[in-house]
Amino acid sequence: MDKRSEMHRRERRRYVIGYGGSLLLTFAVFGIAYRYGIETPGVYLAISLLGLAQLIVQLVYFLHIDRRRSSREDLDLILFSTMVLLIIILGTVWIMGNLAVRMHTIPM
Amino acid sequence: MKRAPTHSYPGLNLGRRHASADKASEVVTFGFWVFLMSDLVYFGLMFAIYITMIDAQAGGPGPAELFDLKSIFAQTLILLTSSLTVGLAMLALKYNLPRWRIVFWFCVTLVLGLCFLFLEIRDFMSMAEKGGIPQRSGFLSAFYGLVPLHGLHVTAGCIWLIVLGIQLRVFGLTDLLMSRVVRLALFWHFLDLIWIGIITIVYFGGLTYG
Repeated sequence: MDKRSEMHRRERRRYVIGYGGSLLLTFAVFGIAYRYGIETPGVYLAISLLGLAQLIVQLVYFLHIDRRRSSREDLDLILFSTMVLLIIILGTVWIMGNLAVRMHTIPM
Repeated sequence: MKRAPTHSYPGLNLGRRHASADKASEVVTFGFWVFLMSDLVYFGLMFAIYITMIDAQAGGPGPAELFDLKSIFAQTLILLTSSLTVGLAMLALKYNLPRWRIVFWFCVTLVLGLCFLFLEIRDFMSMAEKGGIPQRSGFLSAFYGLVPLHGLHVTAGCIWLIVLGIQLRVFGLTDLLMSRVVRLALFWHFLDLIWIGIITIVYFGGLTYG
């Protein structure tokens, strides 16, 4: 019984850590946007890196995705889907951006 | 040395206490992950369209006039908290806490989900008042293709919460229902991940590059 409640506490702590981390990152993102304005690409780079960090925090602490041996197949699935996703998004942005430059809808 | 508990699938496992439900969940949960990942690719397409459409405002209202960051901030906090509460429901199930604890966390999650939807719909209405309707420009079409799609997923999640909450009250903790709770928790966490993409790319990206 004690061991169970000990494990329960530990797992709950994991969730609370994940929640606290995500909360902190959210406040950081909106704080930066509020403090420095959102017009410059440098600020946007910081915001997107914080967003990426938050994705990882939530994947680890909420969805329990890690490199443990037993969940490797599912990790493969996730990594493969991410690759497909990146090809779709980056490919689209590349092609359409290139097209826009050639059509002179955006300046070189 | 202590051994880490074995996991048969990603996400929170039901644990050894619910071994039969855990075993039954394994294949179904993997299938559910396949669904989530194909859903992710669908969202990815909508994100790609949005990014390419960001300049196609056709003289209509742009991100700076339309987006209300305070409301987005509130929605983010609400959705994040609901992700925590659905996780707590899952823990209550795993550690055999009284059934009302699970239903309680379900109710909290449902209320937070509905608050999120309320704020989101209010935002859409105020956008429409400023002339930001889907047919105004390519940018707005892409916006309304993506953000309400997420809202639709949250709506589906809310309906799922209600149905599953009633089933839990009526039938108790059967193996089938326990494995459904696992999948609902995965779905809800997944929606939170998509939302992070939306605030980063749609809202902040729109304000920076739009």
